[in-house]
Amino acid sequence: MTDDSLWTIFLNASLVNNFVLAYFLGICPFLGVSAKLATASRMGAAVTFVMLVSSSCAYGIHQLLTAIDAPYLRLISFIAVIASTVQLVEMFIKKVSPTLFRALGIFLPLITTNCAILGLALFQTNKGYNFVQCIVYALGAGVGFTLALVLMAGLREKLELAQVPDVVRGTALALVLAGLLSMAFMGFGGLGG
Amino acid sequence: MKQPTTGTDEFVKGLWKENPVFIQVLGMCPVLAVSNTARNALAMGLATLFVLVLSNAVVSLLRDFIPKQVRIATYILVIASFVTVVDYVIQAISLDLHKALGAFISLIVVNCLILGRAEAFASKNTVGRSILDGLGMGLGFVFALFCLGAVREILGSGSLFGVHLFHEGFQDWVVMILPSGGFFTLAGWLLLFNWLRQRRGAEVPG
Repeated sequence: MTDDSLWTIFLNASLVNNFVLAYFLGICPFLGVSAKLATASRMGAAVTFVMLVSSSCAYGIHQLLTAIDAPYLRLISFIAVIASTVQLVEMFIKKVSPTLFRALGIFLPLITTNCAILGLALFQTNKGYNFVQCIVYALGAGVGFTLALVLMAGLREKLELAQVPDVVRGTALALVLAGLLSMAFMGFGGLGG
Repeated sequence: MKQPTTGTDEFVKGLWKENPVFIQVLGMCPVLAVSNTARNALAMGLATLFVLVLSNAVVSLLRDFIPKQVRIATYILVIASFVTVVDYVIQAISLDLHKALGAFISLIVVNCLILGRAEAFASKNTVGRSILDGLGMGLGFVFALFCLGAVREILGSGSLFGVHLFHEGFQDWVVMILPSGGFFTLAGWLLLFNWLRQRRGAEVPG
């Protein structure tokens, strides 16, 4: 798998095996922050940034752990790196845009427990990508995540105006939508390698 | 909601009234991802149960020693250690299962359910209660995962635990095993639970 071209990796991560709609990673922010379009796109950008940083750190850590032959420390060190990256991003956003900071609310620190980020670090290690491939993979995953989030937000903004029975309101309806979106993304199946 | 008093209450609440998946909608990622067969779903549920009970116990034991500022990081490290244990245990028991669950075993670390219980319950209660809470929540999680896995396997491949249920003419609903089927099944269960709750809510005042 390691000789995949960069373009294939990018397409695979963003469309064919979209992290949210095909791997079910990052469902919590996907359902939680996708009510408004503006918040969704910024959340996507924040996640993409954390993905890029933590992916390159994870690459370094993996090399180090392989060198000292301690694979059982992998999970713990990955999660520690991710937690600190998120802390950094949180401070950065708070400084640059307090409005955005308030809008993202509790979901910002929760990026730590966003499975998409840990999943990315684990997948890239399993696939044995080199450094450049890791970066492209992270970028693709981030773009895919943002795309899914923004699409979902657009749909949900429209849905606010629709008249539906009380029982379906909320998560259940969002899940049906997500299912339809995921079916649509299956159409990209033939694109990647 | 009134505070449960006895240990039994702590145990029972996770099974139904505060079911982590159907009521609180926590820990969705593994729920959707590995519930394409009943066996995978059950294995994932049990792994999560194990981690949940042990991490609840340890967090509760350490609750007086952990400084407030670094508590989340500490909880995650505790959880990550147990997940590493589970990962190796599953690998030793069944390599097939380990392959089927893949990275999702490691991803138990970021299951919001476990961190949520550590923060909301174990950090404030005694060890015994925390273990009971973990057991209840964990079993509720297993139950939910099994509900999803069973429906998806029965409709998607016409079998349960690999045993064929239907006549040969049965046409598999392939979509149920695919990712979108996971979303639809979960939506269906949530609808059912919403409906049940609403009906009960309507009966009580009347």
